Amino acid sequence: MNTSPPSAAATATSETPLVSVRDLRTWFELRQWGFVRVGSVRAVDGVNFTLKRGEAVAFVGESGCGKSSLARTLLGLHQPTAGVVEFEGRSMASLNSRELLDYRARVGYVQQDPYGALPPFMDVRRILREPLIIHGIRNRAEQERRIRKVLEETRLSPPDEYLPKFPHMLSGGQQQRVVIARALILEPSMIIADEPVSMLDASVRVEILSLLRRIQTSHELTLAFITHDLSTVRHFAERIFVMYAGRIVESAPVEELLNHPQHPYTHALLAALADPDPDNALREREVPSGEAPSLLNPPSGCRFHPRCPHAMSGVCDVDDPPDFEPRRGHISSCWLHR
Amino acid sequence: MRAWLSGLLELRKYPSAIIGMAIIAFLVGLSVYTVITVPYSQALELWRGGEQWRMHPVNAGPAWVDRLRGGGKPETMVISSADSDIDVEPFEGGQRLRIPLEFDYDYTAFPSEINLFLSTPELKREPFTRLTWIAPDGDETPLGGHRIAREDRVSITQDWALERRLGHVPHVGLLARDLDDESPQVQPGRYTLVLDAIVFDEDARIDADLVLYGRVHGLAGTDHQRRDLVVALMWGTPVALAFGLLAAVGTTITTLIIAATGVWYGGWIDATIQRLTEVNMILPLLPILVMVGTLYSTSIWLMLGVVVALGIFSAGIKMYRAMLLPIRQSPYIEAACAYGAGNARIVLRYMIPRILPVLIPTFVTLIPTFVFLEASLAVLGLGDPILPTWGKVLNDAQSESALYSQYYYWVLSPAALLMLTGLGFAMLGFALDRVFNPRLRAF
Repeated sequence: MNTSPPSAAATATSETPLVSVRDLRTWFELRQWGFVRVGSVRAVDGVNFTLKRGEAVAFVGESGCGKSSLARTLLGLHQPTAGVVEFEGRSMASLNSRELLDYRARVGYVQQDPYGALPPFMDVRRILREPLIIHGIRNRAEQERRIRKVLEETRLSPPDEYLPKFPHMLSGGQQQRVVIARALILEPSMIIADEPVSMLDASVRVEILSLLRRIQTSHELTLAFITHDLSTVRHFAERIFVMYAGRIVESAPVEELLNHPQHPYTHALLAALADPDPDNALREREVPSGEAPSLLNPPSGCRFHPRCPHAMSGVCDVDDPPDFEPRRGHISSCWLHR
Repeated sequence: MRAWLSGLLELRKYPSAIIGMAIIAFLVGLSVYTVITVPYSQALELWRGGEQWRMHPVNAGPAWVDRLRGGGKPETMVISSADSDIDVEPFEGGQRLRIPLEFDYDYTAFPSEINLFLSTPELKREPFTRLTWIAPDGDETPLGGHRIAREDRVSITQDWALERRLGHVPHVGLLARDLDDESPQVQPGRYTLVLDAIVFDEDARIDADLVLYGRVHGLAGTDHQRRDLVVALMWGTPVALAFGLLAAVGTTITTLIIAATGVWYGGWIDATIQRLTEVNMILPLLPILVMVGTLYSTSIWLMLGVVVALGIFSAGIKMYRAMLLPIRQSPYIEAACAYGAGNARIVLRYMIPRILPVLIPTFVTLIPTFVFLEASLAVLGLGDPILPTWGKVLNDAQSESALYSQYYYWVLSPAALLMLTGLGFAMLGFALDRVFNPRLRAF
């Protein structure tokens, strides 16, 4: 019984990472007639990383690269096909149902579509009470105290104005604040935000991102921030993981990665960014040709080689590139660094 | 809850909702009133029939219909010896009693039957009586002598000798102006039935009740067993509403929960539910009910159970499944999983409430279909054997060929109540559909 988070936290030293992921694979099986296996979608296919306490990281990549599947696997919504996810040194696969529930309290989830993420038939008070009820906090006064606290933290004040409201009565930004409040109400150690601002008006995006960042620093939370938008990452994350076709192809601290990108795919992503310089308005951009590879039948060797301008035949299309460290603290898996 | 409240308030905009709710309120009020004034056991006792109804006419129509049509059909008259002056003439070893039973008869139509009920409490020896009928014009008709038992009934209508003498059935002949007339007229005025009795006790009493049965009776008339149809029409209301409501609730809730469970778990659970539904959809409900009723019992509650049991895997599952499938994928369900909501909580608290508003109109319009089903079963002879219901009234009317005998009231009154029920729920249901069903809102 005595496996509650505080004791686990006490044994974990500051060096042990909060999350450690090794060779994680999440495949979705495709079946015909319900039982004949015809193949697997390899949404996450061999991912390694560690997240420190209080660190804000960003997972960047184009649509369909497995970012959201990775997030859902970390949240325990998908069962990993292979690999290990360790949280505070304990493998998720070894948790019993009681411990899994505790784990769910320690990891908050902020979704992309704030309106869809809130049950339309519950008011804000009920939405925020639900996680508390599920986690055994049944004292009304305690519930109310916590609800008011998170509403203040997410700048939904005065709380009394928002508590009786239904999601459709709130603006997109306010809805996303409620989603963030719900993610915070169980006082988690980590928040996973899956494209938290992509469905919001441009005017409130920075506001929501700053809010997340502020909460992250004040609570010393680990924030895993999933996005396809490199332009905002600089201000809201300390490290970036670039994902491509179910794998992490490059990872480095923000400034390092943005100033000295190593992987050809990262180059292409940065080249595709909107450039505020008017002289460049008519310049052709080097965007990677072709489409994202099929995750059902990924290319051999380096997954990026069919689209890569530097692809070396006989090398890139044959063998998987290992992780190289071309610069200090900067990891890139590309044969160019050989 | 607040969204529901505003939806209900919006109903005020629809006249059909107001009328529907008024009808339902009337039916519910009638049910409550019935259950309070005529308790269940008393209703069963009344509906069993028998001696308690002896003062009621057979197959009399409702009085108000006849009055509306300007008719002068008689209502039942009871002339009791308690209200008349009794001559007592004592003699050695007994006394001679003369009981005049006087009444004014002003109706234009003849009564349907005449009976004299006699009771002689605390008499050791049976008294002897002689009856004389005195018409307003002074004509005296002897009705013969009777030795009377403790409780006795002299059925004047069935006195065949008298009928032969009068040339008409007695309840016509005794009140007719001219006996030779083929279709005689009523002679209005004061009639007297004189009862001369010889009793062999010192302080003897004879209670006599002369009953001239009417051709109309009360609000709803009577049936072939003299039972007042008001009992069945009133008690039919709570029974019909309870049957309809319980069947609708039973089938809707179970179906909804099963559909949601199937959608949530998916896989073989969903497949099993789907196959069961498909098999159940081709099972014919009515023949199964007829079979159960014939072979086992026609108790209304057993029928309800069978209806609900067969309704669990009904076509509704397909509809609910189609509505729930997109909800299963919605982000708020995923969020609920992420913060640890269990399976039961997700099905009951996150999936079902999402489609409940859309189901309310369907649910309301479902109630009368079960009310009609119960009536149909009763008409088929599978009605509850002891409960008075609208369907039972229709069944009796049918088996006694009510329409052939022109007893229209017998069919029309339960039919009208059934239609009123259907109308009330349908009108409310259509308005609710407009309020809660977003697809209809655009028009």
